[in-house]
Amino acid sequence: MVEQQAAVLSPEAMVEEFRKNGVTHVVTIPDSETNYLYELMQEQSWLDVVPASREGETFAIALGLIIGGKTPVCLIQNTGMMESGDSIRGMALDSGFPLVMVIGYRGWNRHGVITDSVARYTEPFLNAFRINYYLVEQDADSHRISVAFEEAKNTKRPVAILVGDEYHGFNR
Amino acid sequence: MIQSSEVFRIFQEHRGDAIVIPTGTSGRHWREFTTNESRDLNLGGAMGHTTSAALGLALGLPGEKVVLFDSEGALLMNLGILATIAGKKPENFCHILLDNECYATTGGQPVPNAQEINYAGVAKEAGYSTAYSFDDLEEFATNIEQIMQDTGPVFVSIKVVPEVENEPIGMRQRAPTRNRAETIRDLQSELGISAD
Repeated sequence: MVEQQAAVLSPEAMVEEFRKNGVTHVVTIPDSETNYLYELMQEQSWLDVVPASREGETFAIALGLIIGGKTPVCLIQNTGMMESGDSIRGMALDSGFPLVMVIGYRGWNRHGVITDSVARYTEPFLNAFRINYYLVEQDADSHRISVAFEEAKNTKRPVAILVGDEYHGFNR
Repeated sequence: MIQSSEVFRIFQEHRGDAIVIPTGTSGRHWREFTTNESRDLNLGGAMGHTTSAALGLALGLPGEKVVLFDSEGALLMNLGILATIAGKKPENFCHILLDNECYATTGGQPVPNAQEINYAGVAKEAGYSTAYSFDDLEEFATNIEQIMQDTGPVFVSIKVVPEVENEPIGMRQRAPTRNRAETIRDLQSELGISAD
């Protein structure tokens, strides 16, 4: 019998981190692994979910929201992050505002062989853009999300959260 | 086709307190007519994503009218934004497309299907509240007051004369103007928004 992962990152922990850090908007493209997170976010009266058509939009929409005094988060998958390269450059890095980007780490695993190319290229992509990142796999790691918010605020740069529990906690 | 400077001349009379975001080669004429620069915003470019940033601003400032002057080359790079905008239904958002049918900044090559595509039709079917299409200045002048009163998102497509640039970008003369950071700072100051 395959042993199941005991500790997971729950959607509630992620949403609580958003609330603690004053997030007003989540600009996102949902993926099949995060459907419960999407539903939970929509239930929060203090949070506005902004569905985008393509991941590159999310960083530009976030910039507009930031200029308007709001605190957005971009929530996308690593595949979409790569599609967003020029938007990350022009709308996030060049603008000089703090932004936390939450990235579903598709294909990543801690114990096995990573065969999905998107997982192999995710961290090199972030390193190429000089974007710092924190891996979050379970609720016990969720304090790192606040660390990312603090770092983004202090450096006025985007900081990434890599969600390494994509296939467990966010799907029920 | 209409001279884009004429579009801006007429729009200025109806601007009110709207935040205005000019883009593209046509958009540079706005600075000849604006009378409230602290509410003009240069969002820069990123492969068509100025449109997305303008949506974010409209969502972040629901009490302010936000008018974007877009270009068709930029919009075509990210046509899905029309559905994104329509989905959020920002009532304060007016999206004006200056369609010169070409990439004026790279020498005037035509955009895909330049003369056949119906941008107002695409926007309307994507879910915008209202969509207009103009190829005549007088008709635009007659409708602009209503356009500014319409509940958004409103889409306005205007055929404009291309102003093609052929010199390499580094050799083009730039009129002195505020950069993006300066326009953001000035707008936030005007609206009392802290940058920290």
